[in-house]
Amino acid sequence: MSRIGVFVCHCGENISATVNCEKVAKITGELKGVEFSTDYKYMCSYPGQTLIKEAIKEHKLDGVVVAACSPRMHEPTFRKACAEAGLNPFLCEMSNIREHCSWVHPKDDLTTEKAQDLVRVMVEKVKKNKALNSIKVPVTKTALVIGGGIAGIQAALDIANCGHKVIMVERQPSIGGHMSQLSETFPTLDCSQCILTPRMVEVAQHPNITLHTYSEVESVDGFIGNFKVKIRKRSKSIDEHLCTGCGLCTTKCPQKKIPNEFERGLGFRPAIYVPFPQAVPNKPVIDREHCTYYIKGKCKICEIVCPTKAIRFDQEDEVIDVAVGAIVMATGFDVLKTDYFPEYGYGKYADVIDGLAFERLASASGPTQGEIRRPSDGKIPKKIVFVACAGSRDPAKGIEYCSKICCMYTAKHAMLYKHKVHDGIPYVFYMDIRAGGKNYEEFVRRTIVEDETQYIRGRVSTIYEKNGKLIVKGADTLMGAQPVEIEADMVVLATAGVANHGAEELAQTVHISYDPYKFFAEAHPKLKPVETNTAGIFLAGACQAPKDIPESVAAASGAAVKVAALFSNDELTRDPLVAVVNRSAPPVYSQCVGCFLCQSVCPYQAIEREEIKNRNGEVIKTLARVNEGLCQGCGTCVALCRTKAIDIHGYSNQQVYTEIMALLND
Amino acid sequence: MIKVGFYPGCSMKGGAQEYQESVTALAKVFDIELVEVPDWNCCGATAAHNMNKELSLSLPARIMALAEKEGITDIVVPCAACYNRLSLVKHELAEDPSLSSKVASIIDLKYQGTTQILNIIQFIDKYITDKLEEKVVKPFDYKSACYYGCLLVRPHSILKFDRVEDPQSMDVLVRKAGGNAIDWAFKTECCGAGLSVSRTDTVARLSGNILKDAVDREAEVVVVACPMCHSNLDMRRPEINKFLEKKIDVPVMYISQVLGLAVGIDAKTLGLNRHMTEVNLPVRPAKEPAVAAVPEKVVITQKTEA
Repeated sequence: MSRIGVFVCHCGENISATVNCEKVAKITGELKGVEFSTDYKYMCSYPGQTLIKEAIKEHKLDGVVVAACSPRMHEPTFRKACAEAGLNPFLCEMSNIREHCSWVHPKDDLTTEKAQDLVRVMVEKVKKNKALNSIKVPVTKTALVIGGGIAGIQAALDIANCGHKVIMVERQPSIGGHMSQLSETFPTLDCSQCILTPRMVEVAQHPNITLHTYSEVESVDGFIGNFKVKIRKRSKSIDEHLCTGCGLCTTKCPQKKIPNEFERGLGFRPAIYVPFPQAVPNKPVIDREHCTYYIKGKCKICEIVCPTKAIRFDQEDEVIDVAVGAIVMATGFDVLKTDYFPEYGYGKYADVIDGLAFERLASASGPTQGEIRRPSDGKIPKKIVFVACAGSRDPAKGIEYCSKICCMYTAKHAMLYKHKVHDGIPYVFYMDIRAGGKNYEEFVRRTIVEDETQYIRGRVSTIYEKNGKLIVKGADTLMGAQPVEIEADMVVLATAGVANHGAEELAQTVHISYDPYKFFAEAHPKLKPVETNTAGIFLAGACQAPKDIPESVAAASGAAVKVAALFSNDELTRDPLVAVVNRSAPPVYSQCVGCFLCQSVCPYQAIEREEIKNRNGEVIKTLARVNEGLCQGCGTCVALCRTKAIDIHGYSNQQVYTEIMALLND
Repeated sequence: MIKVGFYPGCSMKGGAQEYQESVTALAKVFDIELVEVPDWNCCGATAAHNMNKELSLSLPARIMALAEKEGITDIVVPCAACYNRLSLVKHELAEDPSLSSKVASIIDLKYQGTTQILNIIQFIDKYITDKLEEKVVKPFDYKSACYYGCLLVRPHSILKFDRVEDPQSMDVLVRKAGGNAIDWAFKTECCGAGLSVSRTDTVARLSGNILKDAVDREAEVVVVACPMCHSNLDMRRPEINKFLEKKIDVPVMYISQVLGLAVGIDAKTLGLNRHMTEVNLPVRPAKEPAVAAVPEKVVITQKTEA
């Protein structure tokens, strides 16, 4: 006969507002095998946990059901409490009467009855629970950082400075990310390159950091502390050891008219190129799509001029395997594509550009050496219209969220423009000015007051070109939605920040979840902002949501601390909720028939072959065996096993059937 | 001969006779017979849905129900306002089955919402576009400003037709007919619509601005797909000229007339003589069709969430 304790939590009013918790405790207390039951306002609090511990001792409980929130929230809390009271933690289960009941139903007797059902089901399950012991696994003390923007750089340096090895993978030929494209940064107007490039160099020179640029993560297997990662190093077509980065090849390349991605198409680059002069590593790559040799089969001028004979036209991609214990995602963001704005003529008119392109125009290292000149004819624009929320906060464009950084960078753009073109007039169309942040509001005020920027509260309906001017039509909602028409020389759209291209595929590759906008999802929006739902994988920067530089850096350092904390252990303990192949003695009579269907479906390669031999050493049967270190307890093998020879600890077939029967036998 | 359902609405029988004449003539060239929905009624236009919700649903529903009864699967609705009303009602009734059965009892007909409502461009695209280029005998070699107006493309979430802010479908057709569809700014601006009678000054201003931009960009013809737009841009020319303080004589033609000329139908059959503003296109020596000026980098598909 079981001696089970039931503990019903009110969760403040989260549960008790719609569920009669006292009644749930009373009714379930009468169930067969329940020795003790009670309810309490906050079961997860110290007094609540003490209540459970004392009840275990006093009533000699051999099983505990906590009816409260989702086990994702507090299962570890209550299992730990049980363990402290001497009960095997795996004899404690949670019944979710919050997310599955009180939050989704109105206050009603039926809601209370449903809560009782949920608790009863779990009581029946706990009766079948077995004491289990945690599994210990070693930790590989190397971190993988995916993405070499400011977030990735910060995370990598912080982890490396804790004394751990870091492998950084960057898709582009250079690290630096979007921050390297920026001119000056708000709210202090310090030069982006000046504060970023020393960090880039530090990454390249750090003894603990291995840098793979022009590379992408191809696959990730394993689990926290023990990930196995394949990295595809795309061919740069040069021998990096021989190349000195002299740059002669880039000046002699006959292909000179390739739109420069780094300059947002405002300039050109050759086919063999370094993205920008301060690139790290400062060694060129050949863009095979545009290289004359790869298109027509002849040219090889770079090979002829290279003083160290470093060009390798036949170089192939290399796939390397690395073992890491933790992964930091720092893949950043992108800006909304052109075809969202037919009404603004973006893509049709050369002088309608996006915010990143304006950064390049304003940058001292940009295509105009920092002079604000419009792309169409190189003239200095005397009137510029900045359009905030171009795409953001606009359900019609499919993006409902606020991109967060645009208010500030638009204010900065207007300010930089005014600093460079004194007689110019900047206009800003805005919905709201969202300048929450240290010294942010003061910065926007400066733009409006000192730099005389015309802020117009309203949206732009259409932009068209006429007689060399861009006619911007909008409304001034502070003037009674009066129509406004401005003849501008140039228009800058603060296009929405969106997830980087390939984010969805990468999330699937590394097995983390993402939101409908393809931004990576954090484990908890408030209390676990840098963790993912996959243990051992952390988030840094704008891959999670639009973020400015200070926020990206803070998140990156946060992720780095999580990695360092993980690496402070030599081994990790894991929940033993893994699959197990039932064995009988002698093993030849085991249910498993050795069909190995389980092996073919296991996503974690956790099924091994075990040969049963007779006394003469002859193999008489081959059985499946589960590697506990690799198994994640997903249960796919259980569903597929033809002879029902596999079960999952804590979720055996028998336990699941018991739960169902408990519901049916009401 | 393919038979396709046809809903003329009031304008085809009145002020926009030439629209019906040209659509019918064009269809005939491509071996299509347009069959009028028997016993059709008014679509309700702007009046019904401003006055009585049920009436505004029932009138278009009756037209569609009659078509269903006749076994008509596609109805061509050349008038943009009728097209808009029929499409919106079809959408609204599909969203709300109880409303649908209520409307069915009002009109006392079975209504399933199975007929396809096609505006003039959708009709051409479905039945004609593929064979258009081989039938062109007289390339329409004129700089054309294609004017879409409001009712053809809005509300985009329901009609899902073309790019709402910068439509291209008519431009594509004009190019296929050998024309030079220009890029201009007033493709979907309001022409003044039904204010034509009550606030003629407003119409003169709105339509005037539209024509001015077309003329400034050297358009030789404005191409429309809506009788209301046509009447404002064509018939209100004296008021427009007064507003602009100059005489504008750019002709306004229906897309069906443009394509009709290109495939060799004579001007009279297309009803070109019925316009207020004389259609007096210069005669061009025969040559290769002008190369269409396709703006660079414009992506035709618009990505919008439903």
